[in-house]
Amino acid sequence: MAAIVSIRNVLKGYSRGKQRVEVLHGLDLDVEEGEFLALMGPSGSGKTTLLNLIGGLDRPDKGEVVVVGERLDRLSSGRLAQWRARNVGFVFQFYNLLPVLSAERNVEVPLLLTKLSAKERKRRVHAALELVGLADRAKHKPTELSGGQQQRVAIARALVSDPVLLVCDEPTGDLDRETSDSILELLQLLNREHGKTIVMVTHDPKAAGYASRRLYVDKGVLVDRTMGAAA
Amino acid sequence: MKYFPLIWAGLWRKRARTCLTALSIVVAFSLFGIMRGVTAGLNDAIAEFTSETRLITQSRINIIEPLPLAFLPRIESIDGVTSVVPYGYFGGYYQEPRNQINTAAVYIDEFLEMYPEFVLPQEQLEAMMRTRTGAIVGRDLAERFGWKIGDRIPLGSTIHTQRDGSSVWELDIVGIWHMRDERVESDDIYFHFDYFDESRSSGNGTVAVFMTKIGDVSRSAEIAERIDALFANSPNETFTQNERDFALAQIEQLGDIDFFVNAIVGAVLFTLLFMTGNTMMQSVRERIPELAVLKTYGYRDAGVAALVLAEALILCAGAGLLGLGIAAAAFPSVFEAMGVVPLPLPGSVVAIGLAAAGFLAFVSALPPALRAQRLSIVDALAAR
Repeated sequence: MAAIVSIRNVLKGYSRGKQRVEVLHGLDLDVEEGEFLALMGPSGSGKTTLLNLIGGLDRPDKGEVVVVGERLDRLSSGRLAQWRARNVGFVFQFYNLLPVLSAERNVEVPLLLTKLSAKERKRRVHAALELVGLADRAKHKPTELSGGQQQRVAIARALVSDPVLLVCDEPTGDLDRETSDSILELLQLLNREHGKTIVMVTHDPKAAGYASRRLYVDKGVLVDRTMGAAA
Repeated sequence: MKYFPLIWAGLWRKRARTCLTALSIVVAFSLFGIMRGVTAGLNDAIAEFTSETRLITQSRINIIEPLPLAFLPRIESIDGVTSVVPYGYFGGYYQEPRNQINTAAVYIDEFLEMYPEFVLPQEQLEAMMRTRTGAIVGRDLAERFGWKIGDRIPLGSTIHTQRDGSSVWELDIVGIWHMRDERVESDDIYFHFDYFDESRSSGNGTVAVFMTKIGDVSRSAEIAERIDALFANSPNETFTQNERDFALAQIEQLGDIDFFVNAIVGAVLFTLLFMTGNTMMQSVRERIPELAVLKTYGYRDAGVAALVLAEALILCAGAGLLGLGIAAAAFPSVFEAMGVVPLPLPGSVVAIGLAAAGFLAFVSALPPALRAQRLSIVDALAAR
C-alpha cells in the first residue's frame, strides 16, 4: 500500500516567552493508506504536535510533510485550509462542538464550504449521523447529549465530507471506559469497513489496542518500546 | 445565505446580552430617527410649504419694529413685483389669553391671490369684501370652537387696543377657509387691515411686515435688494428675504438646532460604539476554540473574520432598522405635537441611519474580527 502520510526529518519547536522549546527532533514517519495508527507517549513528548503537522494545522520549522500527495510545508495558509476541508476530518478530546447549533447543524459545518445543494448537504448529514447511530438525535443541541453522544456527533462531523484521513486527538480522553470502547469500536469500524486512514493520539494503552499499529513518541522522536531505540 | 444559521446561532449565544445590546441600539436609533427627523423634516416642510416667489420685508432693526404703510406703493412700483400686501400682527386670543390664535390683518383679496394654497369659496370671499368687520376663519379652528358662518366672535389682542380702550374686537365670521393640502392645519384668522388700522389706538399707518409677490423666482434676490435699497439710510431701513429664508431664520432664532441634535445623537452613537464593540469582543473571546474548530475544518482566516463582521452587521442593522421603524411610526405624531405638518420621516434620515448602523457594525466588529482572523488554530485549541 502507498504511504498516505510521509514525514521526513521534521523539526518543530515553539517559543514560550523568551524560551525556545524544541518539540520534534528530525522525526520520520510513514502511514500507509487504510492504516489505523495509534501514537502514544508521555505528556509533552510531541505526539499532538506531530498530529497537528499531519492534519495540516501547523507547519514544521524544517523537513518535509507530505499528506495525501501534498507537500503541506509548502502550502499557503489559504491553500492549507482548502486542503484540510477536502482531505481531513478531526476528532478532539473535548468534542469541540458549537454549543448553539443542533447536532445536524454541527455536522453540516464542514459542508457549508462546498458547493453542495442544501438537499444534498442534508442527505449527507443524515447519512453521517446514521453511521454513528445518532440519527434520532439530529435536532438535539450538544448540551442535551451525553459525552459519548457528543463525541459521536464530532465523528459524524469529521466524516461528513468523506475525507481519506481521520485525525483524532485523545478521542476517548474525556469518556468513561464503556463509552470509550464504543467510540473506539466505531473508529475501528470506520477504518475496517469504510477504509478510513486514522491517526490517533492516546495515553490509554487499551485505546491503542484498537489500532492496527502503535508508535511511541518520546522527547520528539519515535521510539520502539521493545527495542528502546529510535524506530 | 447558507452561512446564516451559523451567524444567527453565534449572535444568540448569550441571549440576554444580545437582547440588551439590541435594545440599546433600538432606543438609540429611535432617538436618532426622531431627532434627525425633526431637523430634516422642518427643512422639508419649509421647502414644501414656502415659496421663493414671495418676499417678506421687515424692519432691519427687528421684526417687532413697525414699518410705514406708505412704503407699500413704493415697493409695488419696483419692476418684477406683482402685488404687495401689508401684514399686521394682531396677537389674538379667544376668551382667555391662553387660547392664542394666530390672527393677522391683511388685504384679504390680494392675500388670497398671493397664497393660492388657501381655499375659500368665491361667495364667502365676496361676502368678506362686503363686510368691514368680517373675518375668515380656518376650518380646524372653527371646528375646535364650534364656530360657523354668521357667528360674531369677540377676539382679544395681546398687542393692540381700540380707540375706546378695549382690547377686544368684535369680528363677524363670513367665511371658513382651509388649506388645499389637507395635511396642513387651518387654524388662523384673517380680517381686514383697514378695519384693524383705523380702529386701533396706536401704531396707525404702520405694518409689521410687507409680503410681496414677484413674477420671476430667479429675480428673488435682486428684487429683495432693490426693496431694501429703496429705504436705505432712512429712519426705517428694511430687510427683505424670500419666504423660505424667512422661515429658516425664524427657526434659527430658537438656537442652532442642528448643532444640538448632532451633539446629542453623536454622543449616543459614540457610547453605543463602545457598548457594541464590547459585546462583540466578549462574544469572540468566549468562543475562541469554536472559531478555531471552524478554521480546522477549512474555513479561511478571512472567512472567519467575515462571519464575525456579519454577526455585528445583522445585530446593528436589524436593531437599527427596528429603531428607525419606531421613529418612522412615531414621527408624524411628534411633528404634529410640535405644531408642524405631520410629514413622514424623511427618507434621507432612514438612509443616514442605516449607513450609521453599518458603520457602527463595522467599527465595533473590526477588532474582534481581526482577532478571529489572526487566531492560531494550534494555540486556540491548546487554550494558550
